[in-house]
Amino acid sequence: MTKWHLSRRRLLAGASSAALAGSVYGRARGAYGAGKLSVGFWDHWVPGANDTLTKLARQWAEKEKVDLTIDYIPSQGNKLLLTIAAEAQARSGHDILAMNTWLPGSHAERLEPVDDVMREVLAKNGPTNPVVEYLGKPDGHWRAVPATPGSQMKGPASRIDLLKEHAGIDILAMYPPDGPATPAAEQWTWDALLAAAEKCHKAGFPFGIGLGTTSDSVDTWGSLFHAFGARLVDEKGDIVVNSDATRAALEFAKKLAAFLPGDAIAWDDGSNNRWLISGKGALIFNPPSAWAVAKRDAPHVAEKVWHHPAPKGPKGRFGPYLPYYWAIWSFSPNKSAAKSLLAHLSTREAAEQLVAASQGYDIPGYLSFNDFKTWNEEGPPRGTLRHYPPTEDQILSIAAAPAPHKIAEQIYNQATITKMIARIVQGGDSIDKAIAWAESELEGFMRG
Amino acid sequence: MAQAAAIGGAFEERGASRGGGLARRRARIAFLLCLPLILLVLALVIYPAFYSLHLATLNKSMTRFVGLANFAFLFKRETFWMVVEQSVIFAVGAVVFKALIGFVLAHLVHRLPQRGQRAWRGMLLVPWVIPPAMSTLVWWWMYEPSYSALNWLLAGMGFAPVPWLGDPYWARFAVILVNVWYGAPFFMIMYLAALKSVPAELYESAEIDGANAWQKLIYVTLPMLRNIIAITVLFSLIVTFANFDIVRILTAGGPRDMTHVFATWAFKLGIESNDIPLGACVSLFMFPILGIAAVFILRDVHRRSRELAGVAA
Repeated sequence: MTKWHLSRRRLLAGASSAALAGSVYGRARGAYGAGKLSVGFWDHWVPGANDTLTKLARQWAEKEKVDLTIDYIPSQGNKLLLTIAAEAQARSGHDILAMNTWLPGSHAERLEPVDDVMREVLAKNGPTNPVVEYLGKPDGHWRAVPATPGSQMKGPASRIDLLKEHAGIDILAMYPPDGPATPAAEQWTWDALLAAAEKCHKAGFPFGIGLGTTSDSVDTWGSLFHAFGARLVDEKGDIVVNSDATRAALEFAKKLAAFLPGDAIAWDDGSNNRWLISGKGALIFNPPSAWAVAKRDAPHVAEKVWHHPAPKGPKGRFGPYLPYYWAIWSFSPNKSAAKSLLAHLSTREAAEQLVAASQGYDIPGYLSFNDFKTWNEEGPPRGTLRHYPPTEDQILSIAAAPAPHKIAEQIYNQATITKMIARIVQGGDSIDKAIAWAESELEGFMRG
Repeated sequence: MAQAAAIGGAFEERGASRGGGLARRRARIAFLLCLPLILLVLALVIYPAFYSLHLATLNKSMTRFVGLANFAFLFKRETFWMVVEQSVIFAVGAVVFKALIGFVLAHLVHRLPQRGQRAWRGMLLVPWVIPPAMSTLVWWWMYEPSYSALNWLLAGMGFAPVPWLGDPYWARFAVILVNVWYGAPFFMIMYLAALKSVPAELYESAEIDGANAWQKLIYVTLPMLRNIIAITVLFSLIVTFANFDIVRILTAGGPRDMTHVFATWAFKLGIESNDIPLGACVSLFMFPILGIAAVFILRDVHRRSRELAGVAA
């Protein structure tokens, strides 16, 4: 049991008030002697995944005698984002809310620091991956606890058959179903991807990489920028976009964009999913959600989809990782119970159950949790998720890192990277002009 | 006689004072009946408006008062002026077409035989009755980048596909088209109601004077509809400038921010990028401009109404 087990004082206070209330109203209220807790979890798109989370939370509530209320809030239509914004303004609402990527940092001043929870959790689970720490500890303090539901990788989801037939790439030889990546995986580079993109484009199965402003596009091109060593703003907050590395990344992006669907500039996060499911494309960058939908709607496509790490660039193999968190509002009246619940949900046992319930979609932020058996067992094709969790040769990344949080958030949400590429590809800007535009945008993001 | 006059005066005075009391009581009842609405407006309109004014004067993390610094910052941003330009193109373009199409439709429906008119009126109002978020989703499906139903039709007729949402200029056209489709029925119904209130004698007199159809339109219809045209244009301009759902659903402001309007850009900055003060500034930018325009247009409407009332008297 962790030390956020409800404190004796709080329990006694709760019990005494319950006893008092019982004597006044003539009925016992001792069942929820440790107070109330209201939680807003992210509404998982995998059927049944919420049930496991509910079960785990209820087990804790029963044991701790807490009156627990759970709401599942979907991210579709920005419902979760709007709920967070509204509760932050009203300083009222749930005690705990699910927050993705940049939100713990955005609301850092309004969140209860959870360094104490994380100290204990990290001691048990081992370190988190670097993206989880970069986003969850924006000001030197943990502002939220890494959540398993919703945390995901965005590597390629490729068509085994189309890559082999049209580009001569045997993805299973690189990333086999029963073992780790083979030495052949060293050949999986951005140059190899470009060559394959050209061949598949000619064959009528273009790669489905969006150039829009939503997360999937930003993450993919962000990992390309990292692989070329291109950064927009460095750790100190200095604008460093005007560099040879950026020019090289943009030059490459320009070549690759020529082999993408003509309307990729208007794509959103659903477009690449539809592209793969329809059988029109040979590769997309996405978590296994497209594959999972294909299992239901287009099984003949799903059984040929393989998830594997991103290609390697001059500076390494950067895999886009997007974590979810659970954060406690500073105005929560029951922080002690909230911390206790989050510690309970952060155990290895809980994470393993949650990953299984998500059919392997969720990837916990703790490095030692990357060995759950679910990923080896999911299919068809069996083993398609075997290489979905982070592998040792991958550097987990998020677009716009390592800029200071408040600046990086703007770069990411305003899609500065993909807009630079779009300006070159569609707007006819030169690379230097696109960089100059980005510099001007970045200056704006520095506003305090 | 003098006594009778005095008695009459006293009665009149008492009647007047009784009348005044009745009027006061009626005014009080009217105020009480309106009070829930006034409170609702205060809570849902006035308070949020002042709150957003307050937000616009805070720094990015909302911890410090910065006066008008956010506006000064915005005015230096290239993207902001692009959004201003696009909002003007979107609102003015859409309102002009809505007014023209609404005017033509109103005339066509007005000329229909009374028997079938109701069915046509109902059918033409359908776009305006469907919740815009829902109908815009259908439009999105027709424009959808990879599986556009419109492109499928074009391909069937041997034409090349159109990048409805992928090309910035086509995307601008696409969002304006949906707004016109949605809003034209409102103009139609307003103009139709106004047309029905134009006295038939005016047209008869014009006909006797030898006026042709065009002259009747210019010298009878338009002057009689001037007030309703001004009010509908003003109302629609305000609503169209504040439009969010159509652009948000169809393009989310893309490609390259070239379809953003004030509301979508404010959402992007304020909610998605967590810069609420800057988002509030963007959303407030048009407020004074539209406010001044509203004052002038409504003053003109009021003046003309008084002129017409004078003519009628």
